[in-house]
Amino acid sequence: MSDKAIIQINAMTKVYDLGQVKVHALNGVDIDIREGSYVALMGPSGSGKSTLLNILGCLDRPTAGSYRLGGEDVSAMSDRQLSNIRGQRIGFIFQSYNLIPQLNVVENIHVPLFYQGKDIRTCYDHCARLAAKVGLSDRLDHRPMQLSGGQQQRVAVARSLVNNPLMVLADEPTGNLDSTTGEEILALLDELHADGRTIIIVTHDPKVAMRAQRVIHMKDGVVDREDFKTAPERVAAQSGHSGLLFKMILPGSLGPNVSPYGAGTTGAETEAS
Amino acid sequence: MNGFSLLRIVQLGFKSLRLHKLRSGLTMLGMVIGVWAVITLVAIGEGASHDAQEAIKRLGAHNILIRSIEPTEEKTGGSSTRNFVSEYGISYHDASRIQATIPGLKRVLPEMLQRRTVFFDRFQQDCQIIGTYPFYPDFTKAQIVRGRFLSEFDDLHRNNVCVLTESLAAKLFAHQDPLESQVRVEEQYFRVIGLIREMSDVGQRPQGGEQEGRPMDSNVYIPLTTLRARFGEMDMDLRAGSFKLERVELSQLRLEFASIDLVEPAIPLIRAAMDKDRKKKDYELIVPLNILNAIKEQRARDTRMLLYIACISLLVGGIGIMNIMLATVTERTREIGVRRALGATRTDIVLQFLIETLILCLIGGLTGVAGGCAFAWAREYFFHLTTIITEWSVVAAFGLSLAVGLVFGLYPARRAAALDPIEALRHS
Repeated sequence: MSDKAIIQINAMTKVYDLGQVKVHALNGVDIDIREGSYVALMGPSGSGKSTLLNILGCLDRPTAGSYRLGGEDVSAMSDRQLSNIRGQRIGFIFQSYNLIPQLNVVENIHVPLFYQGKDIRTCYDHCARLAAKVGLSDRLDHRPMQLSGGQQQRVAVARSLVNNPLMVLADEPTGNLDSTTGEEILALLDELHADGRTIIIVTHDPKVAMRAQRVIHMKDGVVDREDFKTAPERVAAQSGHSGLLFKMILPGSLGPNVSPYGAGTTGAETEAS
Repeated sequence: MNGFSLLRIVQLGFKSLRLHKLRSGLTMLGMVIGVWAVITLVAIGEGASHDAQEAIKRLGAHNILIRSIEPTEEKTGGSSTRNFVSEYGISYHDASRIQATIPGLKRVLPEMLQRRTVFFDRFQQDCQIIGTYPFYPDFTKAQIVRGRFLSEFDDLHRNNVCVLTESLAAKLFAHQDPLESQVRVEEQYFRVIGLIREMSDVGQRPQGGEQEGRPMDSNVYIPLTTLRARFGEMDMDLRAGSFKLERVELSQLRLEFASIDLVEPAIPLIRAAMDKDRKKKDYELIVPLNILNAIKEQRARDTRMLLYIACISLLVGGIGIMNIMLATVTERTREIGVRRALGATRTDIVLQFLIETLILCLIGGLTGVAGGCAFAWAREYFFHLTTIITEWSVVAAFGLSLAVGLVFGLYPARRAAALDPIEALRHS
């Protein structure tokens, strides 16, 4: 794992001017994310979690503060530049899959490359390989309507990788799936992480967050606290059990920071420091 | 944006439109009907005006027609004048004066028309006896079907020869070759030397209102000199129990000019020549050139009106397309958000929707062009009505449909591109 921080956020604020009132969605956020890390972003609604996600995904610009993505300051880029950044450096996975209904599996995977001017004929094999990687090699010409939710989300995972992004942003990727298929998607994300991808996942499900190395809790527009997972906990999460259950089975074998509901980040060395 | 991406966006457009076949088809229908209407209407209008112009041209744009008409005073003079011989019309004197004084005149063709009955064997037909000069067919573009027309020799010797119109011959001769047969008009026998086919011709109309309904195409042509010698200038009209005698020297004069430019200035001169020593207005001037110009003007007006109608129908089609595209943009807000998130710029989105609209218009326009041409062809082929597809109407209709697509597609496309990607992604 590289020590290079691919995401550097400094004193970031975001203010929505609604006329009479100004809503401070982000109130000075500082986050560094290293290459290859697996980060979960949690927090109640109104915590600034979504705003942060939008800015991370270059869908929005901060009011103040800097955001360096892969060493490049993207906080003041134009709409067109941001579009290019999104297309080249970020892979998106959405809660509701968001595949394009009129395109088949391979074509859907190809979409980000399409907007970089790459013909599907020249990168068909690349797209088909990704489809095979998510286990859909026999459905290359199926339309999203002909696929189950889990399969659609697999296509979305493959699509998020097609441009070889700096990071994959997953917004509630299991929110619309039952636990079994959700588990399959999370396993896929684990695989990506194992391959060295940087993954940022937004979730409100502690079981999902448990799989990340690092959980960032947002509250009132600031980073409330961060949890850093040790290996056994993540193993437990990956095995399909909830962290909570694991803790009950093996009480005391883990630190007090097991539960995401826990009070502090005691004992864990801060990766960001 | 390179050429390949444009092609891809076009393919994408087809895919999106195929997703809603019925909707796309109905949207296109507006365009199809608009373009079809332009082409068909213009083709029909063009055909009609072509027919009219041809008829006039046959009279000749180089020509002026002077025709004898019964003066109105005598016509309405009451029963007391009924039994008198009414004398009116163009005289030989007028003809020679015109020939002598009008500049630019190439030829003068006199015609004497009399209504008679022609007999052959047991058959008989009402007809017009036309006494004229040998160059008549050349002048009127009449077509000699068989035999020959009258010659200078016939004229000089007042020969009893005649040429029949094809249709008259068909009625008169059931089982026999008309050529070299003898037909009888009153006490005179005439040898048939040729058959002729008249172009439908304004000059060949029966004169005035009273003779309407007489066959126009039953003509017997004989040398003018023969007509004068055998029948004189008296014409009898026996109709509906009334009896009328007319004395007319020449029924009409056709003047041919060397060029079209000479026609217009000659008109007042002809009037002056005719009106000299004339007490009553017993002639009319027919100037085909004027009629031709009037028809051309009328045609320009009609065409303009057709274009207005067509523009309105295309406008309606365009509004329909805009309506559908706006609905599509709303319906596909999610897709737009996704595409933006995956790296599409605003320009990409504008292009995508604009090209979809243009595809609708293009296919609609092409279908309309094909439909219009097919209709025009069918009309010509099955109903034998002159229908002329003009290039400009095809180009204009097609161009207009594309312009409509551009104009009415731009707004929905811009609206799609203006969507905030975050809002668009959240749209359900």
